[in-house]
Amino acid sequence: MQRKYLLNIIITIVCFIFIGRLFQLQIIRGSNYDPIHNSAVKIEYDYPERGYVYDRNGKLLVANQLSYDVMVQPNQVKIIDTLEFCNLLKIDKVSFLKRLNKAKKYATYLPSVFLKQLAKDDFAFLQEKLHKYQGFFIQKRIIREYPINAAANVLGYLGEVNETLAKKSKYYQAGELIGKDGIEKQYEKYLRGKKGIKHFLRNNLNRITGSYLNGKLDTLAQNGKDLTLTLDIELQEYAQKLMAGKRGGIVAIEPKSGEILALVTAPTYNPNMLVGRKRSKNSIKLFNDTISKPSYDRGLLAAYPPGSPFKMMNALIGLQENVIDEESTVLCYGGYKYGNRKHEFMGCHCGIYARPIKLKTAIAKSCNSYFSVTYKRIVEKHNKPSEGLDNWHNHVSSFGLGNYLGYDLPAGSPGLIPNGKYYDSRYRYSWNGSTNISNAIGQGEVLTTPIQLANFTAAIANKGYFYTPHILKKVDNLPIDNEKYTVAKKTSINKKHFSPVIEAMHEVFKTGTGKYSQVKGIEICGKTGTSENFARVNGKKIQLPDHSILVAFAPKENPKIALAIFVENGGYGSTIAAPITSLLVEKYLTKKISAENKYREQKMLNLSLEDIYNKQIQKPENLASGTK
Amino acid sequence: MRQERNNIFAGIDWILVFLFVILVIFGWMNIYAASKTEINTQIFDFSTKYGKQILWIGLSFPLIVIILFFNSKFYEQFSGILYIVCLFILILLFPFGKEINGAKSWFNFGIMSLQPSEFVKAFTALAVAKLLSDRQYNFKLVKNQLKAFIVIFTPALLITLQPDAGSALIYLSFFFVLNREGLTLSYIIIGSLAIFLFIFSILFGPYSVLTTLYILITIGTAYGIYKGGKRFINFNWHKILAVYFIVLLFILGTDFSYNKIFKQHHRDRFEILLGLKTDTKNIGYNSYQSELTISSGGFSGKGFLQGNITKGDFVPEQHTDYIFSTVGEEWGFLGSSLVIIIFMLMLFRIIYLADTHTNKFGRIYGYSVASILFFHVVVNIGMVIGLLPTVGIPLPFFSYGGSSLWGFTILLFIFIRLDAHKNYDW
Repeated sequence: MQRKYLLNIIITIVCFIFIGRLFQLQIIRGSNYDPIHNSAVKIEYDYPERGYVYDRNGKLLVANQLSYDVMVQPNQVKIIDTLEFCNLLKIDKVSFLKRLNKAKKYATYLPSVFLKQLAKDDFAFLQEKLHKYQGFFIQKRIIREYPINAAANVLGYLGEVNETLAKKSKYYQAGELIGKDGIEKQYEKYLRGKKGIKHFLRNNLNRITGSYLNGKLDTLAQNGKDLTLTLDIELQEYAQKLMAGKRGGIVAIEPKSGEILALVTAPTYNPNMLVGRKRSKNSIKLFNDTISKPSYDRGLLAAYPPGSPFKMMNALIGLQENVIDEESTVLCYGGYKYGNRKHEFMGCHCGIYARPIKLKTAIAKSCNSYFSVTYKRIVEKHNKPSEGLDNWHNHVSSFGLGNYLGYDLPAGSPGLIPNGKYYDSRYRYSWNGSTNISNAIGQGEVLTTPIQLANFTAAIANKGYFYTPHILKKVDNLPIDNEKYTVAKKTSINKKHFSPVIEAMHEVFKTGTGKYSQVKGIEICGKTGTSENFARVNGKKIQLPDHSILVAFAPKENPKIALAIFVENGGYGSTIAAPITSLLVEKYLTKKISAENKYREQKMLNLSLEDIYNKQIQKPENLASGTK
Repeated sequence: MRQERNNIFAGIDWILVFLFVILVIFGWMNIYAASKTEINTQIFDFSTKYGKQILWIGLSFPLIVIILFFNSKFYEQFSGILYIVCLFILILLFPFGKEINGAKSWFNFGIMSLQPSEFVKAFTALAVAKLLSDRQYNFKLVKNQLKAFIVIFTPALLITLQPDAGSALIYLSFFFVLNREGLTLSYIIIGSLAIFLFIFSILFGPYSVLTTLYILITIGTAYGIYKGGKRFINFNWHKILAVYFIVLLFILGTDFSYNKIFKQHHRDRFEILLGLKTDTKNIGYNSYQSELTISSGGFSGKGFLQGNITKGDFVPEQHTDYIFSTVGEEWGFLGSSLVIIIFMLMLFRIIYLADTHTNKFGRIYGYSVASILFFHVVVNIGMVIGLLPTVGIPLPFFSYGGSSLWGFTILLFIFIRLDAHKNYDW
């Protein structure tokens, strides 16, 4: 009787095995199946036009231009007259064969680029004749165009998506363009638009047989959004001109809104260099220049000791913490003695010997002693210096110093504002206000970037608040509504404490270090600074000319512009930074340069610091001799 | 007897007919999906695969009527002659056959080609039923067993020589029939043991398998000696030696035949299935594509005519041997499981009906039908879902092709005819 059931049992078992296998294939493995990205579906993209970029006054900064690539599909090539064809493309026969072989090596049945980015005139001519040459065709590409040669560091550039991103991302395919720096990178999502996708059915012979799901998944291309920047391109261009031959950065901000009016780094480059046929040659030149670093945005990245402008910070904290008031006085004996040993003495150039110095004078004359005393009082106000310094750190941080500011550009540096912990671990808890007394005058451990200093100045101009600096003003003509940039941030200093500081800064340009850079009719408030720096040349440490620093805002009432200027090795703040400030302020506020400022303009335009910079370059023969 | 002759449909098992119709219709839908092109959408276009299949399906109905027209007794009485004619036709293939894919398995009649091996199955089944149902026939006798083997394996041998090993493999399914009729399971057990040994010696190398087996046999012998003592040795020593010898012979034989007699493409198919090689491009391409296609169907499939992998012709031979992958893609887990269940129901129904036969001839024939269909389904679907090696045999009632459709129709409807008459005393 058993025999009767054998077949039934086997059939049942096989049935279970088969259904189990189907479950494994279709339910388990099937859940990982990607219905679109497989060999049976071919995806074609329709690339939209990338968004344009304008400055705050509607001037076109970035546009698109058409570029024409000659493509070749080697298996279809039938050349009748090679010589004529070479003449059309303006190449020789050797180059023709080389290019054709390269394309063949890539794939004979796929199109590849034969000649990149044809000149417009050549294209027009070629277009009429090209039909004679089977296997060759022209592909249009859209590339960037910069009508104004300025602000390359802000605008950034485009480049091919790198492989890792292309693999990870759902949007980008290898070989597509993506913003690599500046706003091209920051606002890639606005600018790029959305490429259209078409899905086709593909058969085993790689032939398209129809549309996939009747085009249900297909999307239309959406053009990129046009951006309006906060930049004033005239001011930017002018500032770039003034910085020619110098190294450094300038950041100008509108205090009322936090809008970045100018963001200059010097030296810089022409944005058109990174477009078109010469792109790869130029990019090697730009990115491999490790000496003048034209691709390094000093306005955002270079963290320098802020120098004297930082005294205003200590003044404000001193007032807020009630360790000084407007009438407090300090006696200066040509410097400040912070220890008992002889070398523990900080010199001062205020020139007021042994007479009581008040706050206003201290700022105007940049007295080191006054702020050393103030700083020491702030730090030592509490039982432990670390508590005092933490308190100080909190005040400084409320101005956006010591951390990334949060502006909308991809490059940035946090700078450094030390806190109690920093010195506790460095000096094992045995330190006091004198230990880091250099912080009082913005030397010491303190590091800030030009944009942080500009923002700090804007906060003073606003008497206690600032808007996070930003570069984007409008998207497709709609003002931005990102709360990060439209809501004011309050500093920890009371509004009333700003008035004496502002008065003192006004004094700087009236009677102090900036008095030779006054502009008639414009009340500039500012503070000059110098920051010492050293370099190692041929194995020896030498002191180089100081960096020239200046922060300023204008006009005094209802400020419209706040700036920070930094010129590497520019000497005193008053010699280079101050005249540049006055020129920029006048240019921005009056749109012209007055007659009495013309000679200053000429002087600044012609000034070059290249000689000083060249001295810092290590010479190869000295290197060789050093190895003896 | 007179009564039922007036109506050829009397007593017919409509359940089987119903299952048959479902399979044929669903099969055609999948052939349509697999062979439809964008340009041609006319269903009755006989230049297309699906158009032709409609014709074959249409022509199978007169065929059914003819089959049903003959009396059950006719099949019993003429089974021998039909069988001889079949063998004769198979032999005729050698001089007159048309070679397709390297095998002379086809007669070419201009408008269509016929593959005799598809029809021979049914008539071999009749012959086997006739032989085994003889009252004089005693299956205990080795002589009778040999007779049965000769009847079964003569057509198999002729088909192997075409060479069409895949179609010949089907004749192994008669073991189920023989077993049902008294052949001991030992053949099947020894057969499957041999297959396992074969696979193991390829997987792990002949010498390690040989060593392992010798150790196992020695342990077994030692255990026997421990239990039975001297008596065990005295009675079994020649058997033990024989076992050692046969194992040695088999494994070395395996190694030899695998490496020397098998062709490279046989080895490749085998090794891909055993997972020794992965290959998605050349030989493994079929299985890989077919598994992928089935997986892509998911739970409920992409829908009729929506299978884009099917449309792209990525699975070779999809309308014939790989038709089940179309089911998998367009109808998903639900559809493909349903097909398996329908086949299962059909087989169960045939077996159930066969067992109710009082007449031995009908019962044995029914068993043969079930076994042959089952074997086809297992080998075909097993191949398509990647469980068995690539063997090119069609899925009954589903795969494109007139010969196979008609062959299976004849096979099934002769049984339906026999079954319709089982209650009449004849």
